[in-house]
Amino acid sequence: MSVHKTTAATLAALAATTTFASAQSREQVQVAGSSTVLPYASIVAEAFTENTDFAAPVVQSGGSSAGLRQFCEGVGEGTIDIANASRPISESELETCRANGVDGIIEVRIGYDGIVFASQIDGPEFTAFEPEQWYNALAAEIPQDGEMVQNPNANWTEVDESLPDVEILTFIPGTNHGTREVFDENVILAGCEASGAMEQILEINGGDEEAAEAACMEIRNDGSAVEIQGDYTETLNRLNQNPDGVGVFGLAFYENNTSTLKVATMGGVEPNTDTIAAGDYPVSRPLFFYVKKPHIGVIPGLKEYASFFVADEVAGPGGPLANYGLVPDPELAQTQEKIQSETVMSAE
Amino acid sequence: MSDASAPRSTGASGSLMVLDARTKKRHAAERRFRYYGMGAVGLGVLLLVMLLVSILSNGLGAFRQTVFELEITLTQAQITEAEEALLKTSVYRGIIEENMREALDAAGVGDEVETARAMELLGGDAGSTLRQWAVSQRVTPVPQPDEGVTRTFDFLADGRIDGYFKGRVTMETAELDSRVSPEELQLADTLREAGVLRIELNPGFLTMPDASENQPEAAGLGVAIVGSLYMMLIVLCLALPIGVCASIYLEEFAPKNWFTDLIEVNISNLAAVPSIVYGILGLAIFINFMGLPLSAPIVGGLVLTLMTLPTIIISTRAALKSVPPSIRSAALGVGASNMQTVFHHVLPLAAPGILTGTIIGLAQALGETAPLLLIGMVAFVQDYPDAPPEGLFDPASALPVQVYNWTQRADPAFFERASGAIIVLLVFLAIMNVTAVLLRRRFERRW
Repeated sequence: MSVHKTTAATLAALAATTTFASAQSREQVQVAGSSTVLPYASIVAEAFTENTDFAAPVVQSGGSSAGLRQFCEGVGEGTIDIANASRPISESELETCRANGVDGIIEVRIGYDGIVFASQIDGPEFTAFEPEQWYNALAAEIPQDGEMVQNPNANWTEVDESLPDVEILTFIPGTNHGTREVFDENVILAGCEASGAMEQILEINGGDEEAAEAACMEIRNDGSAVEIQGDYTETLNRLNQNPDGVGVFGLAFYENNTSTLKVATMGGVEPNTDTIAAGDYPVSRPLFFYVKKPHIGVIPGLKEYASFFVADEVAGPGGPLANYGLVPDPELAQTQEKIQSETVMSAE
Repeated sequence: MSDASAPRSTGASGSLMVLDARTKKRHAAERRFRYYGMGAVGLGVLLLVMLLVSILSNGLGAFRQTVFELEITLTQAQITEAEEALLKTSVYRGIIEENMREALDAAGVGDEVETARAMELLGGDAGSTLRQWAVSQRVTPVPQPDEGVTRTFDFLADGRIDGYFKGRVTMETAELDSRVSPEELQLADTLREAGVLRIELNPGFLTMPDASENQPEAAGLGVAIVGSLYMMLIVLCLALPIGVCASIYLEEFAPKNWFTDLIEVNISNLAAVPSIVYGILGLAIFINFMGLPLSAPIVGGLVLTLMTLPTIIISTRAALKSVPPSIRSAALGVGASNMQTVFHHVLPLAAPGILTGTIIGLAQALGETAPLLLIGMVAFVQDYPDAPPEGLFDPASALPVQVYNWTQRADPAFFERASGAIIVLLVFLAIMNVTAVLLRRRFERRW
């Protein structure tokens, strides 16, 4: 019967193609990871394709943690070659990698990214923030008269008289983002220390520093701090719905949306590529990608892609990445050297 | 109701022509129900209209594009020199700048427009457009004398300038925008009057691959359309025969016992399983176990096949069931075997129903993103896959994935592209659904 024939033919074809697939080797570099690094990676992937004869790299996003998990799944053509990350790889991730046989990881720092605090362009006058204001606005519990109390601040004026008279409503990155870690450490913890709350907490809990730090970075969950699991476009949409809110963005995203957002200074410093490169702006972090050394020489174009990424013409000042909002790394030459010599991370 | 048998309680005054209170009440209830129904339909239509209006008003712009018309002369020495650089495209951009002066002079605006300023209106992919052509024109060794080759190009204008002519960018927003200034927009107006800039239809939106954030004007749906097409092909080739065979066996041949009941319950359950689950399954089986490549349409197609199978089986069984038993009895009565009865009589009569179910299943699969997330198809893919069958193993994107990707980009120009992609997706879905309706109308038999 004809139906039977078709089925048999399809199954045969499927079997044939499956065997064929295992014989075929991958031609293009596979990249996954941080959504902050994604725009840079796709700009580089595009330029790499335009300027070389290699196949176009495939870049997936999904967050630093998801990318590094995929990266550590193992070695072989079915696994990705490069993980993008907006934070350094953690010790536990390195262990997972080693356990799965992923040995020889090259760490590449591509540059720096600023984290900016922005609100709607015709919203309240949020023009200058200090870390301690953010700590007092967002901490779950703050020390008061020798004991920890539920954060009583509901309005920005209660935090600081100079701030606009609107309710505290902030959109901060969710814990799945590498950005969150930097926000916690460089803004909330810094604010905790600067406001003197840290010392009070230490007095209350009897000098346990780790517990004090954790208490500092505990964010209130009564609706004043909304954690955004998605990316910056979601934060922007939330701001459009809540004109009185303040959002946390990457510098590059802000620079592409200056017609709808206004940025506030942090600690009196305005965020831009110069202040971040000079280290004046307090909330910035390095961006990385990680390369599997065992894949070099197996996947065509892998090493070339990595060295193209950090070439002076690409990641240096005036290059397409800086043009998009990346703060160039002053030590780019060392990174280039590292890729050239394929220096892997030392196993500790 | 008991009205007919009960004695009429209204007595002598009860005329059939005059409505009593209870009848009036019942009529009123019916009228209310009609209004509710109309309200429900009206609300649905209103929401649909709102959706269409918002998508069309945002997305139609993607089908038109501002282009920069320039005549470029390239010498072989220039090509050789450019090919030695690392960032070859930026060298080619420099060559365009050299040619810009003449083009501005020719258009009669050479005195008022500076070359460097005009270059800022040019899109990011101009260098690569020129390089593609230059490489094909390359002659080695370089001939003497080197006269050069000339061609007129339509380079894409920068996304913000394009947005200005489409009304997305205005002088007010440009004032605040760090990527464009009002002066540039005025310059764009001048150039447009001079005929250097013009707006035209943008076939590239359907044929070009995705582009990075630096050049939204060059982003197209080409790879996504090919990827979706490949996956639909795989779904059709696998899900239709497997689904139809399974249904015929279950409906016509299988004994009715607890085991087939169990299968039936499972199929109905599978049809309701969230699609992301199939993605997890696909990752575990097709990629980790079978070793198929990441981001490939073959894996996407297989995952979507699994997802579509229950839909096709359920609709095929319904179609087979709706063929009257008299047809089977007649066939068996004149001496046909069971198999002949099914394949010569029942299946052809059930075909329109099966096709409709298949097309609806395909349409569902076409719009699916979640399972593709886990198998690496939600990605930035720039190379076209080869022709099948090899191409099924090359990385590709898919239409709904492209929409999802573009809505996440920082540059607002991508928002227009995303809406444009939704229009394309809707057109494909509409075509499939209309085909399903037409097939049913044309071939359906009523008994």
